[in-house]
Amino acid sequence: MSSERELFRTDDAKVQTDTRDARMSGQGDRFNSKLREAFGSSPFILTKFDKFMNWVRGSSMFMLQFGIACCSIEMMHTYAVKHDLDRFHAGVPRASPRQADVMIVPGTIVSKFAPRMKRVYDQMPEPKFVVGMGSCTISGGPFQEGYNVIKGAEEVIPVDIHVPGCPPRPEALVYGVAKLQERIANGEASPVTVKPYELEQFGDLERDEIVDELASEIDEEDLVMRYNWADSP
Amino acid sequence: MSLQEEETPEIEADESELEALLDDLVVDRDDHMNAPAFVIRPDSVQETLGRLKNEAGYDHLSLVTAEEYPDRYESIYHLKKFDDPTDEVSVVVPTDAENPVSESAEPVFRTADWHEREAYDLVGIEYDDHPDLRRILLPETWQGHPMSRDYDQDRPQMVPLREHANPLQEDQRSDADSDTMFVNIGPHHPATHGVLHLETTLDGEQVIDVEPDIGYLHRNEEQMAQNGTYRHQIMPYPDRWDYISAGLLNEWAYARAAEDLADIQVPEYAQVIRTMGAELCRIAAHMLAVGTFALDIYGDFTAIFMYAIRDREKAQNILEDLTGQRLMFNYFRLGGVVWDLPEPRDEFFQKTREFVDELPDLLEEYHDLITGNEILQMRTVDTGVLPTEVAKNYGATGPVARGSGIDYDLRRDDPYGYYDELDWEVPVEDGCDNFSRLLVRLREVEESAKIIEQCVDILEDWPEDERNIQANVPRTLRPEDDKEIYRTVEGAKGELGVYIRADGTEKPARFKIRSPCFSNLQTLPEMSNGEYIPDMIAALGSLDIVLGEVDR
Repeated sequence: MSSERELFRTDDAKVQTDTRDARMSGQGDRFNSKLREAFGSSPFILTKFDKFMNWVRGSSMFMLQFGIACCSIEMMHTYAVKHDLDRFHAGVPRASPRQADVMIVPGTIVSKFAPRMKRVYDQMPEPKFVVGMGSCTISGGPFQEGYNVIKGAEEVIPVDIHVPGCPPRPEALVYGVAKLQERIANGEASPVTVKPYELEQFGDLERDEIVDELASEIDEEDLVMRYNWADSP
Repeated sequence: MSLQEEETPEIEADESELEALLDDLVVDRDDHMNAPAFVIRPDSVQETLGRLKNEAGYDHLSLVTAEEYPDRYESIYHLKKFDDPTDEVSVVVPTDAENPVSESAEPVFRTADWHEREAYDLVGIEYDDHPDLRRILLPETWQGHPMSRDYDQDRPQMVPLREHANPLQEDQRSDADSDTMFVNIGPHHPATHGVLHLETTLDGEQVIDVEPDIGYLHRNEEQMAQNGTYRHQIMPYPDRWDYISAGLLNEWAYARAAEDLADIQVPEYAQVIRTMGAELCRIAAHMLAVGTFALDIYGDFTAIFMYAIRDREKAQNILEDLTGQRLMFNYFRLGGVVWDLPEPRDEFFQKTREFVDELPDLLEEYHDLITGNEILQMRTVDTGVLPTEVAKNYGATGPVARGSGIDYDLRRDDPYGYYDELDWEVPVEDGCDNFSRLLVRLREVEESAKIIEQCVDILEDWPEDERNIQANVPRTLRPEDDKEIYRTVEGAKGELGVYIRADGTEKPARFKIRSPCFSNLQTLPEMSNGEYIPDMIAALGSLDIVLGEVDR
């Protein structure tokens, strides 16, 4: 082999593309977004840390792998090939609640399951968000009159976004998740601190000794929370 | 129905033989539309069922229905033969209203264990000698029996966590010095296919006992059906029993029972549409079963699961064109279907044909990826073994039974719809293990494709002015008082049945669902005791349970 072999050189004429041009000159449309224009010559931005964190949270959602009933089939379709929730930065299903920050509640919640669901929710680290998927999760749906059916997930855990339908199409769920992300990015999600229903009963009272005493008797570990205790049947 | 007229003399001949066989035990006779019924004393259940099983060959306890009348409780045992499911007999056991106790059938049919527990849980009949009579669907702390007459359905009962014993607190199941460990799997766990709770006792890595704890999705389907009118209000609910897009198969179970009850003849054209739709559903259901099975075995969330979802999506698109919905089709009506095939018909036929035509190639891919995969074979061949006799004793049906060498398919053995006019086969494997159940499902997809192809041919040639999709059905259906019927169809998971008792009103007095998964899941301890934990997960995956159907 000869060592005088000519060095390999790319023939620029053959690989020239708009993208490449843009990269070389730094002026192509593809890279020079409005945002970039706003930055001007400096690549640095200043923002509030909270705002930045909200944006980060909204852009990387870790979903809890949580299947209850019919809706979970459509939820699987949402994760899978055709609809691909991953495109929206929300497609990392986690099997453990300790690694997830969004819980999609896909299905009917019955009396035996509600406390378990509460436990799973409690195990998720803060901040955490809940998407209620389907009519059953919203209100009990077609099974609302059943003796055993919880009339909506909201009696047990707080829900940020409701996606109606029986079951909602994958597109609907994608929309719901996108809306949730939008709200999170704007710092608008509902408060995530859960107040057990007994505490809610003292809500209007002044925190005097009696109320404190009564509240201290509540073991928050094992409570099943009801948001709207008065109206729920 | 012409079918019934042919059968009638046969059943009568049987009846006299059965009467002779049960001579000393029968106290009365009853007449169900599907089968002769013998009324017996509550203390001779084992004797009667034993004779019927061993001497008359009724080896399949299909369903135990419990219900409460104003003056008595009643358990009805619906018996069939695996060789000939049209040969049925019912055993009616009335017990008194004050003290409803009757003998348990569990020593004769193992499957009666869960069925009777459910009867105790929901209706409140107690069974003597039952090995483990406690609640099955509702929490232990539940007050009252919700399907009994004096139950207040408007009073909610919440069950906080503290009311449940914490199984981790102390090991109550084993001796103090043993090395076993108690592990809860579920109700929130990716491998349980929904909200199923497995209470497993482990010795090292081996499962020495597993007890499925169900009821986390018990959403009162039977009660919902009893609150609805026959004509329109019940049909949406079957879609939600086996919700893995097996909607039309389930709807058929209700349609078949109610149509026979109200004596409605379905036009042939509608039967062909029904058959085609149902088989599309079966393909979609089996695709998910195969995908999640692979997911359970080697955690393949990327390739096989996605392949399966891709092909399901195709079947769902066709079904969406047909029915207007993606998952909860609500397409059947009593006496036919709700609307004709979508226009333009050519486009629909072409789309369906394309799907069916490419299926064999796709299935080759599956065989390449799954059944030909050595890892999967090592994990599934000879694990989760369910011997033929055990499967029969547990009343297992569908791909689970056919994977255990039981040649039993209601589409062929108890024909309905258009199946007996078409050319197809029933796949049976006698490996009795996880692998054969998988094989049966894949081969069934192939057979379903054959059926769809033939249906499309028939529908295409159907003359335009004879496209009759609906029979003439009265606006309000009021079947006569005390008419009882039990009809089954072959769902995606097995024998799916509906028992209806009419009381002369427009709503059923008792609506009981026989779900295949309920009986199939009961076999899990038989399959997994002594195996490793992952093999138990594989066995559970191969049963292809849907909790919506197990818990109803």
